[in-house]
Amino acid sequence: MKAAQKLTAFKTILTKEVMRFLRIWVQTLVPPAITMTLYFVIFGNLIGSQIGDMDGFKYIEYIIPGLIMMSVITNSYSNVVSTFFTAKMFGHIQEMLISPVPNHIILMGYIGGGMARGLMVGLIVTLVSLFFSSLTIQHPIITIAIVVLTSMLFSIAGLINAIYAKSFDDITIIPTFVLTPLTYLGGVFYSINMLSDFWQNVSLANPVLYMVNGFRYGILGVSDISPVASFSLLAVFVIALYGYAYYLLKKGVGIRS
Amino acid sequence: MENALKITNLKKTYNNNFQALKGINLEVKKGDFFALLGANGAGKSTAIGIICSLVNKTEGEVNIFGHDLEKDREAVQEHIGLVPQEFNFNIWEPVIEIILNQAGYYGIERPVARKRAEELLKHLDLWDKRNEQAQSLSGGMKRRLMIARALIHNPKLLILDEPTAGVDIEIRRSMWDFLKKLNQAGTTIILTTHYLEEAESMCNNIAIINKGEVVESTSMKELLSRLQVETFVLDLKKPLTSIPEECELTIHQRDPSTIEVELDKTRSLNYLFETLSKYDIRVMSMRNKTNRLEELFVKLVKTDNEDSSS
Repeated sequence: MKAAQKLTAFKTILTKEVMRFLRIWVQTLVPPAITMTLYFVIFGNLIGSQIGDMDGFKYIEYIIPGLIMMSVITNSYSNVVSTFFTAKMFGHIQEMLISPVPNHIILMGYIGGGMARGLMVGLIVTLVSLFFSSLTIQHPIITIAIVVLTSMLFSIAGLINAIYAKSFDDITIIPTFVLTPLTYLGGVFYSINMLSDFWQNVSLANPVLYMVNGFRYGILGVSDISPVASFSLLAVFVIALYGYAYYLLKKGVGIRS
Repeated sequence: MENALKITNLKKTYNNNFQALKGINLEVKKGDFFALLGANGAGKSTAIGIICSLVNKTEGEVNIFGHDLEKDREAVQEHIGLVPQEFNFNIWEPVIEIILNQAGYYGIERPVARKRAEELLKHLDLWDKRNEQAQSLSGGMKRRLMIARALIHNPKLLILDEPTAGVDIEIRRSMWDFLKKLNQAGTTIILTTHYLEEAESMCNNIAIINKGEVVESTSMKELLSRLQVETFVLDLKKPLTSIPEECELTIHQRDPSTIEVELDKTRSLNYLFETLSKYDIRVMSMRNKTNRLEELFVKLVKTDNEDSSS
């Protein structure tokens, strides 16, 4: 395939994926907005007013970056895991497998679709947050880079989950039993400085902590983790998981007999 | 003549150790209309899966228009169009989107793809349904949608895995006409089907797979010439109460007014009519029984099964 043809194939997969979640926006875009509004009301306004300041910010201001990041992570992951698994289950993944579209393009198309939804939901949640607090972004480039890389990482992770999944149960196990605990314990609602040394060290093994704090640093300028550490971890994970996803696609794991 | 497809010693063993293909060899000439027959589980779909990159081979070589599948997969894939046995499109997408997306996977720009899609959908009587979700289509329309999808990139080799399964006779005939025209225009076609009269009337060459092995690969004409007996269906003027016991012909009664008569190829039709007249059996009309290939197919597969079990 020539470069122009590859670009057409990429645009096709990306557009198809974006149109898919836009077509069912009531299922894909509205629920996170409602959930996050409830978080802002309950944790931010009602409970947050009793908690007081955290790292020099009002509690609601402190949790906004984490909640945006949480919605980006969940939606990037769930978009790719559900669409790729459905394509596999109902066989329409074969439309791509029989065509000359390279595996890199398939990967990038699906990852792009997951990122589009994750970032769109992130933007919606950001807009909702403006009803509860003003938002001044301290480091715009870092903020954008961290959210884009995180969205990319969890889109790839969703794709790997979908490749291995054999039933619909398999695509809910990881989000429920791994992703949700990691996100909730990843510093969305608190600073790890509040924890004992032991639990601080345990928390450092949670990759989501680095993403949430990197994003918080971008927006508020405060973080429990150095931004360099956040970027390094994200870069390593993105490269490693992309390589692994490519290997799985090339081998045909879960998609070719 | 150049080969459209050449398969050499192709083997496939699945993870559960089931050996679906035991080293098949096959050649399909460019421009051919080729029948690939076999009972369920014989290995046809596995072979097609490997050719179309949907199944990983264990051993052997597949060559499409001079391109090796292993070394030059992209070039091979550009030449192939597949109409699979099962509906495998996204049923929630509109018909036109399914076709246009498929074109996109081949790197065809939207404006070009739109033109081609319009042409194909009109040819296949689906143009009026272009904006409807695929799930709302009837079974026959879904089959035609898969044909349109397989042809959007103008493949040189079209593989049809039971394309007319569950399709009513009127639509089946229109699909036959369409495929014949396509073949006449130069597209090589490989057809697997359970309707053997379909293979007999459309295909020039044939291979029969049984238990992962090619048990026959020859021209349709040569294969049919092996039939020693021809069967005719005769409509009678008067109902026949019973078949005369002393009659020299092998007669099977379908109903009181219709009989099937087997005639040895060495005998003439005059002999048939003379014999029937002798027993006062008057014929109003006659036709060939069209399951000649079926008889051969059953015989070949049965012989192979007996050989392998002994």
